[in-house]
Amino acid sequence: MSAVIAKGVGKTFGTKAGDVVALTEVELTVEAGEFVSLIGPSGCGKSTLLRLIADLDSATTGELEVFGKPARQARINQDYGIAFQQAGLLPWRTVAGNIALPLELHGVSKKARADRVAELAALVGLEEFVDRYPDQLSGGMQQRVAIARALAEQPRLLLMDEPFGALDEMTREYLQGELARIAADTGAAVVFVTHSIPEAVFLSDRVVVMSPRPGRITDILTTGLGDARTEALRESPEYFERVTAVREALHGAPVERANER
Amino acid sequence: MSRSRAAIAWGALGVLAVLVAWELYKFLGPADGLVVGAVAGETGSGVMILPRTNDRAMPHIWDMVARLFQSASGGDTPPLIVPVVTAALTTLGIAAVGWLIGVAVGALLGLVMQRWRLAEWGLLPWIVVSQTVPLIAFAPLIASIGSQVDRAGTIPWPQWLSVAVIASYLAFFPVAVGVLRGLEAPDRIHLDLMKTYAAGYWPTLFRLRLPAAVPHLLPALRLAAANAVVGAVVAEVSIGMRGGIGRMLIQLAGQGSSDPAAPWGPTFGSIALGLVAAGSVALVGLGLRNYRRGEATV
Repeated sequence: MSAVIAKGVGKTFGTKAGDVVALTEVELTVEAGEFVSLIGPSGCGKSTLLRLIADLDSATTGELEVFGKPARQARINQDYGIAFQQAGLLPWRTVAGNIALPLELHGVSKKARADRVAELAALVGLEEFVDRYPDQLSGGMQQRVAIARALAEQPRLLLMDEPFGALDEMTREYLQGELARIAADTGAAVVFVTHSIPEAVFLSDRVVVMSPRPGRITDILTTGLGDARTEALRESPEYFERVTAVREALHGAPVERANER
Repeated sequence: MSRSRAAIAWGALGVLAVLVAWELYKFLGPADGLVVGAVAGETGSGVMILPRTNDRAMPHIWDMVARLFQSASGGDTPPLIVPVVTAALTTLGIAAVGWLIGVAVGALLGLVMQRWRLAEWGLLPWIVVSQTVPLIAFAPLIASIGSQVDRAGTIPWPQWLSVAVIASYLAFFPVAVGVLRGLEAPDRIHLDLMKTYAAGYWPTLFRLRLPAAVPHLLPALRLAAANAVVGAVVAEVSIGMRGGIGRMLIQLAGQGSSDPAAPWGPTFGSIALGLVAAGSVALVGLGLRNYRRGEATV
């Protein structure tokens, strides 16, 4: 079953100055276990689309299904995990307490919670920090806690809104590698919003290119880089080729190049 | 550690500055004050622009302190400090009850206003207006309602309860506003997160809104404590309840011309009372340290 199916999805925000079309005519299918990035300039509606899938906002037009259910039902059934640009940890809870929050809210027993937290802390490499508070962690570590929290209930779909956007380049590349590994390990589908072309290419099976005014999908590129997301990939010619392809799709390629492709 | 020591030093310096200013003015100022525009032979005419500094108007600080340890009203009566402390403790107890009532009512109002926007629009203006009603005007009203309830016999309503209710009238205000602001304090991202967890009102309240409200709540509780003390003292005076520090203040101030240092005893008592009340709330804050992470700690 497909993780996400969007048919003719649109979103209009009513403002004092009149209606603003944030998103229009989105047709997109994300298969189970697939890694899909949404990329585009500010205002292209990539975050809006993610929020619609998460049912944090509701679509004005069209149909949006998550695992064959309406988005709202999928949210209530906890079919996805989510991470935002800010880690969004609760400052009064320890790392363990933050990871356990969704489990606690859904009545998982204390013992099962402790086991799951230990497992997740190991997965994101924070075993030694479970008793720390968020203000004692670096930005990268906080974001890893947020990812562990998103994975707490073994969702089959992971929604990520520029989760590495606020991090420095080194941490960013390291966490990209970690995320690729975690996504492969868990077999979850991922919808990943970013405005970094290399990031999108490195992580994704498919890159969805979006454009603003009104926000819409202009192109969908398959990377075809296989399963090996290693540091060596970053220096391979195929990788550079895909980065160039995405860049041209974003900025509008010269006609002859487009024909070659 | 050194920061807290510095804070204590500055605090002590502030108190010392007040004491020095008092004695300095008493030393330099004119004994009978300075009156301008007085008409000869007409007492009370003119405007006094500098207050009197004689011992009757401004006793020395050491006389005020010494008076605390002299017998309260001559003869074998215990030193003044004994009735002052007893009266202060009585008022503290009443203020504490008033504080509890005020916190309960304020918290409830805050919760209701946060839950329903319509309630905020309807209630908040009245809550603000309520604080403009002078306590003196409304204290006798509470007292008479109280005594009627008491006389009806089903529920006992002692006089101190009226004082506590009047004190709670001042105490509830900062709590209502603080709870409302505090419950609205969580970041958008945290509210979104709770929504993705399909968490309803109550889980969101207990897991997110209340913990996030703590930094707003503590100053509100401290203000409420100070207000409860002021309210209790004023209410004691205006409904004429005996045994508390408010009544004692009025009584000794009446004898001020013959015993000028005496009224300062209950004055110090009520200052100590306010400090103890605010300090007790600060202790609550210590227990909630983890909910104040990210706040600048003093």
